[in-house]
Amino acid sequence: MSAPPIEVRGLVKRYGELTAVDGVELTVQAGDVYGYLGPNGAGKTTSLRMMLGLISPTEGSVRLFGRDPHSTVRALDGVAGFVEAPAFYPYLSARRNLELMAAYDGYGAAGRVDFALDTVELGSRARDRVGGFSHGMRQRLGIAAALLRAPKLLLLDEPATGLDPAGMRDMRRLIRRLADDGMTVLLSSHLLAEVEELCNRVAVLRRGRIVYEGTIAALARGAAASYRLATTDDTRAREICLAQPGIDAVSTEHGHIVFTGEERAVAELSRALVEADVLIHELAPQTVTLEDLFFSLTEGDGVVLDGPEPLVVESAS
Amino acid sequence: MTALAAPARPAGTDATGRAPGVWAVYRWELVKLRYQKRTYLGLAASVLAPLLLVLAISLRSGAGHGDAFAFANYLTRSGLVVPLVILLFGAIWMFPLIVALVAGDIFASEDHNGTLKTVLTRSLERQQIFAGKMLVAATYAVFAIMLSGTVGVIAGSLQSGFNSLQSLSGTIVSAPRGLELVYASLVVYLIPTAAIVAIGLMLSTLTRNSAAAVVGTLMISLLIQLIGILPGMSGAQPYLLSTQFNAWQGLLRTPTDWVPIIRALWVCALYGIPALLVAFLVFMRRDVAGG
Repeated sequence: MSAPPIEVRGLVKRYGELTAVDGVELTVQAGDVYGYLGPNGAGKTTSLRMMLGLISPTEGSVRLFGRDPHSTVRALDGVAGFVEAPAFYPYLSARRNLELMAAYDGYGAAGRVDFALDTVELGSRARDRVGGFSHGMRQRLGIAAALLRAPKLLLLDEPATGLDPAGMRDMRRLIRRLADDGMTVLLSSHLLAEVEELCNRVAVLRRGRIVYEGTIAALARGAAASYRLATTDDTRAREICLAQPGIDAVSTEHGHIVFTGEERAVAELSRALVEADVLIHELAPQTVTLEDLFFSLTEGDGVVLDGPEPLVVESAS
Repeated sequence: MTALAAPARPAGTDATGRAPGVWAVYRWELVKLRYQKRTYLGLAASVLAPLLLVLAISLRSGAGHGDAFAFANYLTRSGLVVPLVILLFGAIWMFPLIVALVAGDIFASEDHNGTLKTVLTRSLERQQIFAGKMLVAATYAVFAIMLSGTVGVIAGSLQSGFNSLQSLSGTIVSAPRGLELVYASLVVYLIPTAAIVAIGLMLSTLTRNSAAAVVGTLMISLLIQLIGILPGMSGAQPYLLSTQFNAWQGLLRTPTDWVPIIRALWVCALYGIPALLVAFLVFMRRDVAGG
């Protein structure tokens, strides 16, 4: 069985007193479009730098297809990407920049320059100096530079940040097409819509630690596991809720009883309410958006999620 | 956008193309130099210095002061003297500054542009990138000094003639032999220049700031000269880097005085090799966290 594209174990990066990345564990499987979510300063870029061998971890290990990027640059064979904004020589043209990258890649990468430029629709601007390029064009050129390596794994650090809506849409389409083409993608982002649209799995990072790891679907299920209840006798209803097995976290918010529980437990609760002659005005799952959940995970003390899938869930300290 | 039927990846274990190496870095660093203004600033100084000297000789001769000053008289006897005078005075700050323009910038500019992270995630080992950049900084220094010397020979010969040269021992050497000695002197001059390049590379990796590295290299060069003129420091004079810029004068003595040239070799190695080692280790071990 071949090694997974990315395998990170106990990754730590400290800068003096500051711990930028704190024990990150993640595995990205072949074919994943993996979202690496977190607010600014959560440690996403530092993690990506360690994955690409640009900075050494204080502790832990990174393996890309089973190889250590800190031992030899050959570990990056089949791997491409960029951290923060892709950087180029501003006094060289787009083509010259890509030719330089291709020369540094070797292995016939020079033959992919035209393909890469065409893929990101920069063929017509190939002779223009990169110094005059917009942010969006540089982002696209960054993807082109990655494509020169014909990668099997693409690591992209907030590729749509700073782009206008059309640019963001184009970037997402491009990443989607690359993923459909069989590429494994690790996408660092703080844009939830982007992650929701593109990624099948996510890790949510908070202050350098992963507070959620799993599928978007499981995350959404976790988000919907809370219910709102209104009855003819809320005092009595609240007592029944507290006594009902499988019903947890009972509280009152804005005149409603709020609780969490599995579907079966909620069904039993409704039966118990009716049997106690408490009529139900409203019993509805709480609509919690991915954004709400993201904020609850990355701000304050975080929340503990229950879900049917094995999740790495921590109450961040 | 085009279909993503990428040409088959030949990289890695299933590679069909050639692996990149130091030559790729060297070649592309030269290409990058061609597009940067600082490259031409240094080369312009290398060309202008001998031209201005020849112009000054021409004006002084035209004003009838040609024989009034022994030095000017010496200059007007043979055009071959022009490049040697440039070597003599260029050591103070001109050549250190010219070579520092590239050596001090070559790593620091990658930090400034944020391109270091780009090149370090390609298929080249750090030591290959270091070697390529070091060779380019050295190439630029060689080119600048040889260019200055050649311009000096041509301009000087046009002004004062391609005549025989009086050696520092007072003997007369023929013009062809004098030309050989001029180029041999340029080669010897490259020995301390290489040490300056190494210091420039060290400051480029340490400071990660182009201006600081260029100015710092010049400051170190000037500081070493300053030490040489301090009272009580005459004993250190033979071991100062600045003194080695005069080693070429041994070639212009009869018989050739090899002592300053051999000393220049090991003294400059003492300055250059540690600086180069520091540059290498810093570059190899550094975290690329910014830019």
